[in-house]
Amino acid sequence: MNTVVAQLQRQFQDYIVSLYQQGFLDNQFTELRNLQDEGTPDFVSEVVSLFFDDCAKLINNMSRSLEQPENVDFKQVDSGVHQLKGSSSSVGARRVKNVCISFKECCDVHNREGCLRCLQQVDYEYKMLKTKLEDLFKLEQRILQAGGTIPQVDIK
Amino acid sequence: METDQIEEMDVEVLSSMWPEDVGTEADKQFNVEKSAGDSDMLKEVDLSEKRTMADLTRLPELMDTTQHGTSQLTNLVKQWEYMQDNAVRLLREELKILTRQREEAEAKELKIIEEHNFETEEPENVPVLDETSDLFRRFRQKKRDALVDSKKIEIDEEFDTVAYWKQKALSLEKMLEASTERERRLIEKLNESLKAMESHSAPVEELTRNLKRAEGFLHFILQNAPIVMGHQDKDLRYLFIYNKFPSLREQDILGKTDVEIFHGGGVKESEDFKREVLEKGKASKREITFETELFGSKTFLIYVEPVYNKAKETIGINYMGMEVTDQVRKREKMAKLREDNAVRKAMESELNKTIHITEETMRAKQMLATMSHEIRSPLSGVVGMAEILSTTKLDKEQRQLLNVMISSGDLVLQLINDILDLSKVESGVMKLEATKFRPREVVKHVLQTAAASLKKDLTLEGTITDDVPIEVVGDVLRIRQILTNLISNAIKFTHQGKVGIRLQVISEPSFASENALDPDAQEQNGLTETSVWICCDVYDTGIGIPENALPCLFKKYMQASADHARKYGGTGLGLAICKQLVELMGGRLTVTSQVNEGSTFTFILPYKVATSDDHSDDQDEFSDMVDHHHEPDDTTEGYFQFKPLLGSIYSNGGPVIGNNFLPHKVMLTSPLKLINGFVADPCNDTGQCETGQVENGGYIDETRLKTSSGHCIESNGQYENGNGRCLSKESESCSSSQASSEGGTLEMESELTVSSHREEEKAETDLKETSKPKILLVEDNKINIMVAKSMMKQLGYTIDIANNGVEAINAVEGSSYDLVLMDVCMPVMDGLKATRLIRSYEETGNWDAAIEAGIDIKTLEDEQACVHSTKRLPIIAMTANTLAESSEECYANGMDSFISKPVTLQKLKECLQQYLH
Repeated sequence: MNTVVAQLQRQFQDYIVSLYQQGFLDNQFTELRNLQDEGTPDFVSEVVSLFFDDCAKLINNMSRSLEQPENVDFKQVDSGVHQLKGSSSSVGARRVKNVCISFKECCDVHNREGCLRCLQQVDYEYKMLKTKLEDLFKLEQRILQAGGTIPQVDIK
Repeated sequence: METDQIEEMDVEVLSSMWPEDVGTEADKQFNVEKSAGDSDMLKEVDLSEKRTMADLTRLPELMDTTQHGTSQLTNLVKQWEYMQDNAVRLLREELKILTRQREEAEAKELKIIEEHNFETEEPENVPVLDETSDLFRRFRQKKRDALVDSKKIEIDEEFDTVAYWKQKALSLEKMLEASTERERRLIEKLNESLKAMESHSAPVEELTRNLKRAEGFLHFILQNAPIVMGHQDKDLRYLFIYNKFPSLREQDILGKTDVEIFHGGGVKESEDFKREVLEKGKASKREITFETELFGSKTFLIYVEPVYNKAKETIGINYMGMEVTDQVRKREKMAKLREDNAVRKAMESELNKTIHITEETMRAKQMLATMSHEIRSPLSGVVGMAEILSTTKLDKEQRQLLNVMISSGDLVLQLINDILDLSKVESGVMKLEATKFRPREVVKHVLQTAAASLKKDLTLEGTITDDVPIEVVGDVLRIRQILTNLISNAIKFTHQGKVGIRLQVISEPSFASENALDPDAQEQNGLTETSVWICCDVYDTGIGIPENALPCLFKKYMQASADHARKYGGTGLGLAICKQLVELMGGRLTVTSQVNEGSTFTFILPYKVATSDDHSDDQDEFSDMVDHHHEPDDTTEGYFQFKPLLGSIYSNGGPVIGNNFLPHKVMLTSPLKLINGFVADPCNDTGQCETGQVENGGYIDETRLKTSSGHCIESNGQYENGNGRCLSKESESCSSSQASSEGGTLEMESELTVSSHREEEKAETDLKETSKPKILLVEDNKINIMVAKSMMKQLGYTIDIANNGVEAINAVEGSSYDLVLMDVCMPVMDGLKATRLIRSYEETGNWDAAIEAGIDIKTLEDEQACVHSTKRLPIIAMTANTLAESSEECYANGMDSFISKPVTLQKLKECLQQYLH
């Protein structure tokens, strides 16, 4: 039993480290995890799922705006990117945030092609992160089910 | 250019259009110098011809009265005389010829007589042989025939008879007669020719011929020339005029002035010009453009010369004009083209410059934005960690070390901002901040910071004279930046000896009065009558700067030489920033240097002397810098010294003087120093050093690693745990070891944070019971709200939420808050505007400005409004750290501070600590 927990814990540690190392997450995610305590045991997953919902909605809105062959409402796209950038920065979704930065640049110069490219990228990145984090949470659940505790992992 | 020259030449030719050799035939013949009156004379004669108009009655008068006329007459007489002379000479020559002929004839005659004498004696000589004598005679006969012009004297009679002699005498007589006759005829001829000469070379006839010839010549020349000539009297009335295309009749012109004849532009000018010539008595030329009804717009090159009478008084002018309209037009066109070309070229180069500058600026901006973003975040981690560390229990020494660390870190952060600022200085939007600071402290900190990273055997010292005030007001960040820059420069180029800062008060420099006119600089410096000028020298005993490199020293990206750049590195930006900053603050930065002796950089700046009650709002800015280090002796100390610490590891190093509060232990804990001690080749990267060592020897010096730094221990542990044997994978890159060491430090941080959180939580719970602060978060992003809310909860606060500026104003108006956290970029109304409106309310006590902005404000009880308006509500901006959301803009809009996003627990905590107590 103990060995299983230890293995899971090791697995969890390795996994989360890899997420940091591959640039999916940054320090802000650590912040988020630090905010989670006994009173709010699901804080991280709540915030994250809210973030993903937000992502889906914003990306949907933006893609609708950008689908227009002409007279794209860049102001609307810009506000979407801004929102997305703020959220991703807050949850520590580093890759998403980085794409948002170039997305915003494209948006500032009204580059529709660039925007569409970034939109695709953002869509890909957030979905990727979503799967990764879902895996991570599953792992967490398994550790808890096995009676273990989530190990402290500190990576930048 | 060439065409221009040609044109000019044209003009030249026009001006002297009379060929040099125009003159009478006589002139040439006798090789006489051309008389001045010649051309005039010809002109005037020409005037009497059909083509021209002239007042003939006035002409002789004019000829009599004017000098020209006189000289002309003299000339005529002279010519006549020459002609006569010539005739006489010719005659004389002829006479000479005749005389010679006569002499010849006489000589011949004499000869003949002699011959005859000989002949008489002849018979005595030929007595013997008749035949021979006959032959002889014949021969002689021949000879005689040849002598006497082949005239044969036929003598039929026999020699020596009477008849013979008679005949001979007769024939000789005949010959004599003929000769006399010839002579007579010749004399006759001579007389005849003399007579003829006398008769046909009468002067008038001759002159008339000459004149006719000249006239023909002139006519030939002037036939198609666009020329007008004339003479005008003293009142500028025309006396005669020659015009190629006369469109006016004689009576229309003669006796009238230009002004009377023509109307339009240029007429008056030409009249004035003529008058001027008349007055000055000096011939001159001018180009005048006429705009007359008669012949439209035409440009004439006019030559005017005064005419004098015998008494040398001016009696009028001669005037000649040539139409040069086409040439002038061409010339003007050329000039215009050239001008256009020059303008276009100038514009082009200006444009190119602008484009270049713009491109450079854009690139620099982009680079800076990226740089600040990339550097700021890890650095804030370092500084943040140090700050957390400073909240833990530390002994005095550790605290001092930490203070240096924090202030250095702050400085680097600030420098990054300042590099961003450089572009702002250049674009003129840089603003200076007036804050109170202690010069001694600044000098000390700068030196301390420099000493901490010193790798050379150098003494750092600081001298501050007693008259330097304890506290002054100025932009301390910029001043620190300048000092740090100059010091690090000095250290870089100094290999032994010392580097120091000297501060002294000086009288107002001369350039100050020039600058004093700039109210902006004064205002920003807070410069008032109680200002003081402080001169700061940063000196070193380094390699010095060659004189020829001094001029480009302060230019951007310039270094003394390419060799220096290679040897010492650096961007070449430092001094440029310094100079710009100093000048922005109304000061001067100068340098004196001697090669191999050292350099001294001196900057003179004005400061306002701080008054003691001025403690209000500089706290938020620099409190951490000033307040962290309240060493009681710092305030008045006038001398600091930081000895080289490298040597002190091995030798005793002597007693540490004065305020040197960087003890030896500092050095022992500094990784670089120790590595220098152990490894011959110093390297900057600890991680690299280790791996290098490990790979080389496969051996890790435990003690060294332990003493080097915490990072090293951590990484060492990693290797042992992870791989057992030394580094197969990890050692290949230093980055992995760094990453792991970073991980190690992070662990430290989080532990510290957690522990300190707990302590603070307790403290804050205590506080909460007495007064629970009300906090408003203005943020539109749900996730940000969620995170911030959770953080606040952890810190023990509950918060109200507003989703945009309008909601924020309504919330502020509705209840009393102790702190507002305001997002900058929001829909409906952004944070900046909301802050402005709140500030306006605080100042005026009413929400008029907000209502004006279209916000629906519910009416309030007056008393509550009054309560609000007395207190300034702290508003903290939350910015995304982009160029668009600059800190300056936040301050400018009335915000008190800012937190860069993403908001972390630490940032939040610091902020709350600062504003809620």
